Amino acid sequence: MTIKRKKILAVASGGGHWIQLLRLRPAFEGCEVVYMSTHEGYQKQVSDSAFHAVTDANRWNKLKLIVMSFEVIWVVIKVRPDIIISTGAAPGLLAIIWGKLTLKKTIWLDSIANVEKISMSGRLAKPFATIHMTQWEQLATNAPTVFKGNVIT
Amino acid sequence: MKIFVVVGTQEPFDRMMRAIDEWAVKKGFVDIFAQISRASYVPGGFESTDFISPELFDIKFKEADIIVSHAGMGTIISALQHSKPIIVMPRLAQFHEHRNDHQLATAKSFAKLGFVKAVYSETELQQALDNASEMKPAPAIGPGASSRLIEYLKEVISA
Repeated sequence: MTIKRKKILAVASGGGHWIQLLRLRPAFEGCEVVYMSTHEGYQKQVSDSAFHAVTDANRWNKLKLIVMSFEVIWVVIKVRPDIIISTGAAPGLLAIIWGKLTLKKTIWLDSIANVEKISMSGRLAKPFATIHMTQWEQLATNAPTVFKGNVIT
Repeated sequence: MKIFVVVGTQEPFDRMMRAIDEWAVKKGFVDIFAQISRASYVPGGFESTDFISPELFDIKFKEADIIVSHAGMGTIISALQHSKPIIVMPRLAQFHEHRNDHQLATAKSFAKLGFVKAVYSETELQQALDNASEMKPAPAIGPGASSRLIEYLKEVISA
């Protein structure tokens, strides 16, 4: 009997969010991982996995945000992951909302940049995240947000 | 001393760029390469580019002795990975450099942990550049997240 490998959709927008996502890779060992980000150029950094680029958008550009939403949802439908994990921001939030609505396991790890309060996307993701994490112990005061270490130490 | 300046992929950061340019011209220091985004201020004292591929970013990072950056996590984590001394200047909402002041909190926290040298004004930045050759990097971090986080995630993923 073969055990089916878990499929993970790992999502982050560009820059710091993406770098933090890549630092989680040791946790994905033994799983099939599909990445989604906002820059085609990142594909080379995860050449052993499938990669999808979506439009770069944030909440200040509504039209792009709508385009990105459709792209993100399409990727989630097509990939059919067991687990969705994101370090932020907008594309990860959308993937997690859609993932939760389709009964996937969803994991939000708020960026280590957010020291004083959870990011806006992180706060919006909270009701949709199976596991909701901060990288600063002092921010893990409101259940179900937990602190379980960070991406740098 | 080679300096690599990074402002990230989103907004330009003219206040920082102008301060570095002024300093470079005054000192006659030109071994600087800067990624400036869609900036309206293009430095005259050294070479710059708007955006940079991850590959070139890596090359420039490795070549550099000192990194100067906005307080963005991408650059800060890269500096810790490559064990490079880094000066960070937070973007401030009052100058429309970011939508909020979270970079200020990031800079303060990471400075407190000894990971970065944080500067909060153009003058402080120029002073830090004056002393840059004496800066020591923080101890290098590994390629992955903390083992606690990795173990927890593995558990969650396999559950």
